[in-house]
Amino acid sequence: MYTLPNKLKLFAFIFMVLGAIGMIIGFMNAPSSKEEVKELLANHNSHETVIATDSNTDVAAHEDDAHYEHVLHQMKNRPWSALYVSAFFFFMIALGVLAFYAIQYASQAGWSPVLFRVMEGITGYLLPGSVIMFLLLVLSAFHVNHIFHWMNAELFDPTSDKYDALIAGKSTWLNETSFLVRAAIYLTGWNLYRFFSRKYSLKLDETNDAHWFKKNFKLSAGFLVFFIVTESMMSWDWIMGFDPHWFSTLFGWYVFSGMIVCAITVIAMVTVYLKSQGYLEYVNDSHIHDLAKYMFGFSIFWTYLWFSQFMLIWYANIPEEVTYFVSRIEDYNLPFFGMVAMNFIFPILLLMNSDFKRINWFVILSGIVILAGHYIDIFVMVMPATVGKSWFIGIPEIGALLFFFGLFVYVVFNTLTKAPLIAKGSPFMEESKHFHY
Amino acid sequence: MASKVIHAIYIDDDILIEAVKEVRNAHYHIGEIYTPFPVHGLDKAMGLAPTRIAITSFMYGIVGLAVSVVMMNYIMISDWPMDIGGKPSFSYIQNMPAFVPIMFELTVFFAAHLMVITFYLRSKLWPFKKAENPDLRTTDDHFLMEVEVANHDVEKLTKFLYDTGASEINLIEKED
Repeated sequence: MYTLPNKLKLFAFIFMVLGAIGMIIGFMNAPSSKEEVKELLANHNSHETVIATDSNTDVAAHEDDAHYEHVLHQMKNRPWSALYVSAFFFFMIALGVLAFYAIQYASQAGWSPVLFRVMEGITGYLLPGSVIMFLLLVLSAFHVNHIFHWMNAELFDPTSDKYDALIAGKSTWLNETSFLVRAAIYLTGWNLYRFFSRKYSLKLDETNDAHWFKKNFKLSAGFLVFFIVTESMMSWDWIMGFDPHWFSTLFGWYVFSGMIVCAITVIAMVTVYLKSQGYLEYVNDSHIHDLAKYMFGFSIFWTYLWFSQFMLIWYANIPEEVTYFVSRIEDYNLPFFGMVAMNFIFPILLLMNSDFKRINWFVILSGIVILAGHYIDIFVMVMPATVGKSWFIGIPEIGALLFFFGLFVYVVFNTLTKAPLIAKGSPFMEESKHFHY
Repeated sequence: MASKVIHAIYIDDDILIEAVKEVRNAHYHIGEIYTPFPVHGLDKAMGLAPTRIAITSFMYGIVGLAVSVVMMNYIMISDWPMDIGGKPSFSYIQNMPAFVPIMFELTVFFAAHLMVITFYLRSKLWPFKKAENPDLRTTDDHFLMEVEVANHDVEKLTKFLYDTGASEINLIEKED
């Protein structure tokens, strides 16, 4: 049995408290009126703002006003988006681990059963993560914040100035009720699988009866079908929904590839950590090697999808599609291309060598870069539509990241204490203990 | 000068692996081992150095990448920078996404083919090569270990090999 070290608990709580303070500061610093925005902009970049000087005519004054209102909305969105990006980032790690876990069961993998409890520990974050995600979506749907542009009812009203025929045409999909119902269905489905697979896995340990393994096998196969459909729809709803004028067909896969590579990275990191603390006696460097191979392979898979999406749109250059990348390249140049370097060039060079994949600190080092890269990936997916040019990785973003990191660490390691770290009932356990590559 | 070798034939790969370990422990020198299929762990038991072919492949891949970049930069950007369908051919980086499929394929092409050719060269394989097979059965279901006699006592070596589980032991005079 694993016991939660007090140091780790303290570590997690410090992160949560620091993060919560950061988020509160972020919410308090968000401007509430156009006047505040004017002041902020005048202070921050006095060299840049010259639009206001020549505003003698009404038109210019009106444009000027509209500009400040626009910036005000962006700045008000910033703490919410920061919260959303971090909440989704950690939620998707737990979800990705759940998918990976289901794949291990459904494919009857012989190497991974020694890691089942680690994976179950990480998916322990799924339930709290789901609750937070759902709350955030509910808050958006009830107009507490305005990060989802399409939730503005005026867009659907033909008599309004703001009427947007393109968005109104999508109203059968993009309306708050069905949005929340769909979210509830996805989250319930995923959490039910997590609940039952964990239950059967513990039953398997208790009874040593292969009946529970078979149940888990069938459940996992069914879950994977459900998952790939709902994951795709989730990515349209929760991520692509930020840019309601834009669509991409491989978007669901793209989000999935980022999710799975983060998930495997976190499994590897938690495994290395637990192993270094003297737990997991049957985990050897071949298991680490396998996980690192997956990190390497899925990093390339992610890059493949990133590039396929980017290159097809860049090549055809159709105005309705390409604005997505224009705004990212112009306003988010460094994060947009920097994350490709972090998520592709770095892992491909570090994890290509077979010997390096067995070295713990190498895996941890590449893992940190991969996770940071995929945080930026989510950041670049969400932020351009919500805060636009007013982005910065400052107190609200780092605060939210620290808070969810602390929560994630606490929940994951607390779940690990709930069951023995070796899933001894698994029929593939012996094979896994002697796994050698 | 003729040298003497002993061909010890085994009929099971597990026995072979054990025999290899014993022969090495007794400090006899193994010349070659012929097997009908890859025996997992045989190279480790024999103490062979790990292959460096993956490293050559990586370098060939870099060569392929360089070839593709230089080629397309010369053709599309410096030599004849045409406006083809509005693609920006002012600098390599501006038009790079269009070149990536070729960069990728040439990297793989060079890495794969040159590595295979390296393999053929290093293992001396070509279409009209005379097969070096000491015993035809080793391509079917027998395993053959060639041990150099050198200045060891033949009787003692034969006895030793017999004890390791060899099913057949032949003394061969090898012409160099």
